[in-house]
Amino acid sequence: MYVAVKGGEKAIDNAHAWLSEKRRGDKAIAEIGVGQIREQLTLAVNRVMAEGSLYDPDLASLAIKQSHGDLIEAIFLIRAYRTTLARFGKTRPIETTNMACIRRISATFKDAPGGQILGPTFDYTHRLLDFTLAADSETSVVESQDMSDAQMLPRITDYLNQEGLIQQEIQTGDEPGDLTREPLQLPAQRDLRLQSLTRGDEGFILGMAYSTQRGYGRNHPFVGELRVGGVVVEMEIPELGFSIEIGEIEVTECETVNQFTGSKSDPPQFTRGYGLVFGHSERKSISMALVDRALRWAELGEDNVGVPAQDEEFVLYHSDNIQATGFLEHIKLPHYVDFQSELELIRKLRCEAEIPSRDEEES
Amino acid sequence: MNEYNFAYLDEQTKRMIRRAILKGLAIPGYQVPFASREMPMPYGWGTGGVQVSAATLTPEDIFKVIDQGADDTTNAISIRKFFQKVTGIKVTDKTIDATVIQTRHRIPETSLTEDQILVYQVPIPEPLRFLEPYETETRKMHALEEYGLMYVKLYEDISRHGAIATSYAYPVKVEGRYVMDPSPIPKFDNPKMEMAAIQIFGAGREQRIYALPPYTQVVSLDFDDYPFEASKADHVCDICGSSDTYLDEVIVDDQGGRIFVCSDTDFCAAQQSAALESSE
Amino acid sequence: MAEAALKGGFENPPIDSARAFRRITNAMARPGKIETLVGATPPPPMSVAAGTVLLTLCDPDTSLALLETLNNQEIRDWVTFHTGAPIVSAQRADFVFGAWDNVRPFQTYKTGEAQYPDRSATLVIEWEELKNRGAHLQGPGIKDIAFLNLPSVQPFVENAALFPLGIDFLFCSDDQIAGLPRSTKVSESS
Repeated sequence: MYVAVKGGEKAIDNAHAWLSEKRRGDKAIAEIGVGQIREQLTLAVNRVMAEGSLYDPDLASLAIKQSHGDLIEAIFLIRAYRTTLARFGKTRPIETTNMACIRRISATFKDAPGGQILGPTFDYTHRLLDFTLAADSETSVVESQDMSDAQMLPRITDYLNQEGLIQQEIQTGDEPGDLTREPLQLPAQRDLRLQSLTRGDEGFILGMAYSTQRGYGRNHPFVGELRVGGVVVEMEIPELGFSIEIGEIEVTECETVNQFTGSKSDPPQFTRGYGLVFGHSERKSISMALVDRALRWAELGEDNVGVPAQDEEFVLYHSDNIQATGFLEHIKLPHYVDFQSELELIRKLRCEAEIPSRDEEES
Repeated sequence: MNEYNFAYLDEQTKRMIRRAILKGLAIPGYQVPFASREMPMPYGWGTGGVQVSAATLTPEDIFKVIDQGADDTTNAISIRKFFQKVTGIKVTDKTIDATVIQTRHRIPETSLTEDQILVYQVPIPEPLRFLEPYETETRKMHALEEYGLMYVKLYEDISRHGAIATSYAYPVKVEGRYVMDPSPIPKFDNPKMEMAAIQIFGAGREQRIYALPPYTQVVSLDFDDYPFEASKADHVCDICGSSDTYLDEVIVDDQGGRIFVCSDTDFCAAQQSAALESSE
Repeated sequence: MAEAALKGGFENPPIDSARAFRRITNAMARPGKIETLVGATPPPPMSVAAGTVLLTLCDPDTSLALLETLNNQEIRDWVTFHTGAPIVSAQRADFVFGAWDNVRPFQTYKTGEAQYPDRSATLVIEWEELKNRGAHLQGPGIKDIAFLNLPSVQPFVENAALFPLGIDFLFCSDDQIAGLPRSTKVSESS
């Protein structure tokens, strides 16, 4: 007699055991430490913090270790952990003008007060594998020369602003929304769009930004300024009546200067796109700025030319890699009940259309 | 750090979900937006149902989880284990013993009672989504009660195939007002939705909760000349002999031989033991 | 803030609120069904049931209004200490708490928007007693017919006519609660 399949519980336990064995790999090789990940895989840690929406390098490093280096899985761990944290309050907006910059470049001016600071960048490295790193022993590190201390620098776009050449961003004083606490409602305002983009999947945002460069909603961006460094986080304590410093975080900020627009009422002006991301993450912040600019078409009186990067619903509903990967991978789950109903339907429709079944054809 | 709150979620999150559930009950079939949280299982794997259950369960509840009608499918096991861990409540396979049942893709064969709550996992809560991808548009359609698009789709099916070519997630109209997605249950289950138990639907990734109070009128969409039909495989269960249950088709040998068995494993087991008792 | 404000909360918030929510769910899902609801001890004259609703559903994310007899310093302090919910005008409130004599006209409250009918007020009304007699209730959650001793019928008929907009009601008396969502059709006892 047929007995229905059972034993799922045991299968799951075994799968988990195997998974943990796979994580450890060859025991002859020393186990990687969370501290090593935090200090030596910083850009991976940054990505997990940015898309996990939780600034904690130690937890992000732990998540990377636990996920075998699958960064989307690590982001997922951080997001699920974030759910359990009670919210005690909110900080004041960070002031990136006061950033202690380790890197600051502008593509729009050859030089500007404060100068171009390359900082730690891959930009001009030759992408040649460095086999000296393959040795298991401690590698020698080239000490950087003249490494000036991180410094506070004026903003490049402020110089354009002085001449009125760049569109002014209006301070509304409105409380920004939070899509981790309120369901997304469309059309969304720029605050929620930016939040969605900074949490969004780096690959998706990059692809969207790239599509604008290739003509799907071209907006002629120049990197007005890209700055990386530490900013102070302050929180207002109602009982004290003033704000106190609760820590410092590293962020990357990108302001693009885009093609001028003008209308009957407004003279031609440059416009901006904005990107701000946890950690050192240039690709993400520049991508974010391009997509932000593309999504601003309505506000800036541009035409909707029907491209993906201008489509707020399309971008916001598909940028989150935790939502995307979950739904994508859920098709691995059993669907045999629905499949069965499709089987019945297709048999019925074929029967009604009097299509002979294969058996009948053969006989 | 290892101690999680009762039912995992913090109290403020539970209150937010609870408020959405109550508005859902007050406006049957209307999708209430809620700020879904990331859960420790992936989106698309029942996070909406899990959040509804987390906000609903009490220490006295007896919890049952099914996927495809079965208690021992892997995802049902994973969700059941999660709640055992974070609530410590009793769990069961038996439909009649359960006070809260979380389900994916089926409604149990055993009629539910007034003392039960059925929680559905929903992937795409918007019944109009595959006809109109924009949320801004579908929301307007619901507000204006403008469901012509749905009827056009069903009508096109009929003119093309001679029948409505939707076999699961078959749309329903609730109390003559909102068109609602019943989640991907086979249309065989649609008539059961007018039941004594409370039904709550959770879509985590899509951030929607909706609900049906007991005995709410739920009508599957159809046409006078093409009435709705709750179809199933034209067989009896090869294990328990039931003729009025939803059946899975199982391929049992290399020649493609197949048998039909109840998808509701608890119902099938109960039928078998009843048969055994009466033969003794 | 008086010491009384610090008392009367849930003893074990995750558990007490879970139990209370089940009762409130049953009340809202089965209009007219009278449930016992305990857990909180608010300052007078707020009932145990209304206080328990308040602690179960209100927090800094919900605005609430306290009407007339319930709008005293003790209750306001109690609400602020236990929930942090902002106290606002009745027109803007998500939750409104008041005695029957103080809650009308219903036109005062949020009834939701066409696209978001859920953005509407829930009224928690203190009523002298709850009995399954009087007004006839029909609609979702009710098998054939249910009865509840509503203080009046016409205002609820008018509210139901707004469906899917409208406000939802929880009637409280001591430690008892009954629900009346906008979907319920109310008529006079014949």
